[in-house]
Amino acid sequence: MLTVFLQFLFSGLTVGAVYALVGIGFNITYNSTSIINLAQGEFVVIGGLMMWFFSESLKLPFFVSVVFTIFAAGLIGLLMERLTIKPLKNPDLLLMIMITIAVSIILRGVLMFYFGKDPYVYPSFTEGEPLSIYGAIIQQQALWVIGITALCIILLFLFFKKTIIGKAMLACAVNPTAAKLVGINVSRMVMLSFVLSAIVGAIGGMAITPISLMEYDKGPMLAVKGFCAAIMGGLGSNRGAVLGGFIIGILESMTAGYIHSGMKDAVALMILLLILFYKPAGIFVSKTMLQLRKF
Amino acid sequence: MKKATGKILVVLVAALSVCLMLVNAYAKEPYKIGALFAVTGAASFLGEPEKNTALMLQEQINKTGGINGHPLEIIIEDTKSDETQAVLSAKKLLEKDKVLAIVGPSTTGESMALVPILNDANTPLLSCAAGAPITQPAKDRPWIFKTPQYDISAVEAIYGYMKKHGISKVGIITISTGFGDAGKKALLEMAPKYGITIVAEEKYGPKDSDMTTQLTKIKASGAQAVINWSVGPGQVIVTKNWHALKMGIPLYQSHGWGSKKNIELAGKAAEGVIAPLGRLVVWDKLPDNHPQKALLKKYTQDYEARYKSEPGTFGGHAYDSIMIIVEALKKVGPDRKKIRDYVETNIKKWPGTGGVFNISPDDHCGLDKTAFEMVVVKNGDWSLLK
Repeated sequence: MLTVFLQFLFSGLTVGAVYALVGIGFNITYNSTSIINLAQGEFVVIGGLMMWFFSESLKLPFFVSVVFTIFAAGLIGLLMERLTIKPLKNPDLLLMIMITIAVSIILRGVLMFYFGKDPYVYPSFTEGEPLSIYGAIIQQQALWVIGITALCIILLFLFFKKTIIGKAMLACAVNPTAAKLVGINVSRMVMLSFVLSAIVGAIGGMAITPISLMEYDKGPMLAVKGFCAAIMGGLGSNRGAVLGGFIIGILESMTAGYIHSGMKDAVALMILLLILFYKPAGIFVSKTMLQLRKF
Repeated sequence: MKKATGKILVVLVAALSVCLMLVNAYAKEPYKIGALFAVTGAASFLGEPEKNTALMLQEQINKTGGINGHPLEIIIEDTKSDETQAVLSAKKLLEKDKVLAIVGPSTTGESMALVPILNDANTPLLSCAAGAPITQPAKDRPWIFKTPQYDISAVEAIYGYMKKHGISKVGIITISTGFGDAGKKALLEMAPKYGITIVAEEKYGPKDSDMTTQLTKIKASGAQAVINWSVGPGQVIVTKNWHALKMGIPLYQSHGWGSKKNIELAGKAAEGVIAPLGRLVVWDKLPDNHPQKALLKKYTQDYEARYKSEPGTFGGHAYDSIMIIVEALKKVGPDRKKIRDYVETNIKKWPGTGGVFNISPDDHCGLDKTAFEMVVVKNGDWSLLK
């Protein structure tokens, strides 16, 4: 009994960590621009596919591939902001969000063109048998995903709270005009936030591909689940996204295990609705903060 | 002087083209057939090899003199994996191009949308989709045929093999798409006939990344085997999870498993996975006297040489549909009614890529469980099971 329960839990943790990583990506752009970047799922796909391209197709060493992938994703994020967001004369929030949808469709098309429709995979970061705890198994790669998620949160926390650039980015979201008045280059901060979120998305993609495989059209599903994780925890709060991701992942797994696998998405989304009903801004964001938001 | 050169040139060009194109092939009116494939959109993994196959066959047939001297013209339309587009394209083929028959479409949904249209237009349709309702009941849809094997035949092949090996309790796990639902229905329907009890019945979404939970439940249910019914990345993830869990019971996959790519993606986790596969993917392991071997070899090698990828079973469905029409055209000429009658009554013991066809007035597909071989993955390659 315990073994079965633990197995459901581990499966939920594995999936939840994936959702959490995607959710964090949403938070970065949101925190510095109030934009919800709906192309976030595509950055995850780019991470996975680029990593495959560098490490399997070009046979580059692991760390070189990681660096190249991060660089490529960051570059795509930069181009996206410079080509689609910056040229806007009247930066309207809703318009920008719609642009991100357009970008996601274009990115998906380009990915399909270059990588085709087949799924891709490469070996786990560390080879070896899955760990067994009381008879329940957890894949080593799942531990990597959880570890990388934790590392990302810590680094992002330090970046936004301790560095001047991070603080400047936060200021841009709160009040762009005031930020400009105190000498912050708002445009550059917006660009930086896109680069950063693209990189975080790509890191997520690199980590999850050995578990879930990666194909050109996986983005929308990842984006939806990651977005759910982010709003459950409270948009903008990274620990919220992580908690939200794990709650959704574990709920899905428990529902599949104890009720029926056909019900898992429905139950997870129902709990999300219930939480938002009692805490409209998400678990970690208060109502007062919600009123300060534009979106 | 200038005029003379011009005349010589004209003569030369004319002579050259005659030499190149074989006198007969282009002297007569071309035979036009239509093809509807999901070249783009969600089902493009079906439509692409089908389109490639059609182009290749058209070229090969015309190179060798066409059909009784008539060149074959295949007009390919992209349905974008969409029923509405399939209907529009079919109407275009029927009304504007006045085709003699239509090959495709790629998916069951699109084919169902075309059933009434082609029946009313009195034009044969040779669908490349597997769903049984496309051709059943054959009495009500005299103009509709299909070449892919029935899902139920794949199920029967699995159950027959299980019965022989004393497996009576199975857990099934299916993908929540049309393919998975049809498979699940067939699995549940045929189980009693083979004395098999379904002890667990699980599902997952097409983009899910971990199926450990479902497999754990199946393991706890006391099943002696797992059957996974899906296409796409899901079947690889199930295989990996099955391997990681060390479930101790065999994993069976559907006939959607038949691509080397799956073995590549699953790596050593794929070892021991059993599936009923059409002979197209295992042609090199067949005995030399098998009726399908020669054509499978030629088709696979030609396709691989031309497109640098494996045709897969899906390209094979297009091959069968087109070649059946070509054979009918050869025998009865460009008459829709005669083509239909010929296909219904004269395609007997006809070797195609999907199996040896025996089309009859009651069965407009003509394949049964003997179209499948039980195949196990061994050392990263397919291996036939007896």
